[in-house]
Amino acid sequence: MEIKILGPGCPKCKMLLKLTHDVVEQNGINASITKVEDIIDIMKYGIMSTPAVVVDEKVIIKGRVPSADELKELLLK
Amino acid sequence: MNLLKMNSFRWLLPFLLLSVWILIYFNLQSAANWFIDDVFKMEGGKHITDALRFFVFEVPKVLLLLVLIIFFVGIIRSFFTAERTRKALEGRSLFAGNVMASLLGIVTPFCSCSAIPLFLGFVESGVPLGVTFSFLIAAPMINEVAVVLLFGLFGWKVAAIYVATGLFIAISAGWVIGRLKMEKYVESWVYEIQAVHGDGEEVSRDFSDRIQSGYSAVREIVGKVWIYIIIGIGVGAAVHGYVPENFMAGLMGKSSWYSVPLSILIGVPLYSNAAGIIPIVSVLIEKGVPLGTALAFMMSVIGLSLPEMIILRKVLKLQLIFTFVGVVSLGIVLVGYLFNVIY
Repeated sequence: MEIKILGPGCPKCKMLLKLTHDVVEQNGINASITKVEDIIDIMKYGIMSTPAVVVDEKVIIKGRVPSADELKELLLK
Repeated sequence: MNLLKMNSFRWLLPFLLLSVWILIYFNLQSAANWFIDDVFKMEGGKHITDALRFFVFEVPKVLLLLVLIIFFVGIIRSFFTAERTRKALEGRSLFAGNVMASLLGIVTPFCSCSAIPLFLGFVESGVPLGVTFSFLIAAPMINEVAVVLLFGLFGWKVAAIYVATGLFIAISAGWVIGRLKMEKYVESWVYEIQAVHGDGEEVSRDFSDRIQSGYSAVREIVGKVWIYIIIGIGVGAAVHGYVPENFMAGLMGKSSWYSVPLSILIGVPLYSNAAGIIPIVSVLIEKGVPLGTALAFMMSVIGLSLPEMIILRKVLKLQLIFTFVGVVSLGIVLVGYLFNVIY
């Protein structure tokens, strides 16, 4: 699966990127993770609050950093 | 059965914590006195004794208030998202839109790093520019930590004045910017990009999720500001009675007409969160700076910040940024004078 982390580079976005890496690694999820920082690209997903998580072009989290458990649940679904 | 127990525990926990909170909060003064008079056996009437008593009482009091309010703010905010707010503001007429945007600015979660996507999202979907500005002014300026600190240190009247005047500035400044028809000073690419209006709505959350939002708001916000509060109140306690009265008053006092604009000029380049600036404001007031001037200083520090201007420069031309700063400063000056006259 293809995971994208959207955010212009604020501390919360970095936190979320690290969390996603950790969750993917610990659960052996087969996924590529990319960070999207360009504001125009971010806007294409129709979100207004960063950070956000996009899985296979679908927004699953926006505007907050979820807990590791919540993120794991969402990714395994 | 186990699951049921878990669940009822999750429901009971907030009430349990609340009773502990009440028990501690209403016994703080006697605990502080017992600490100073009986444990440390300090002499009454001395400066150092008063300063320590002030510190030992105020720090836990303000922190407790902060935890309680932020918990509820976290729950309330889980009902508001930027998307819902945008939907509510689409196609609103100017004045009613400004009022609504300012009120929603208080409760919608916002951080300055989201200012750009939010601005784009609003403008793209047809929220008028002036209404968008009302939101962008109210969101940082009316800050929940500031409300709690003002309430804790000065009482509810000052806290209410702060919220009311903050709303007044956000509504009127947004309205003025709307009337000035400054759409052409928004960078042209803003209107060109095609944002998808994906519903992108997240899974619905039940109430125990929202209580979790309350806890995590407390962890996040109180975890960040507690140190500023301790330092701020510490400084406040230290100068309690040491710096000569009316020393500051000469500089920012009532008699000099320029005190309000001067304090705003000092305040705008300064960038601090509310937790850091309010204890300083409380010292200023104690040293004879009038309430209006102190309030103006505080609002210019937390409401107008250089980093936010730099971020907004990506989407706004300089003329519009200057107008924005100018109109908001003017509003703060008016509020400052008004309260210096009343008090």
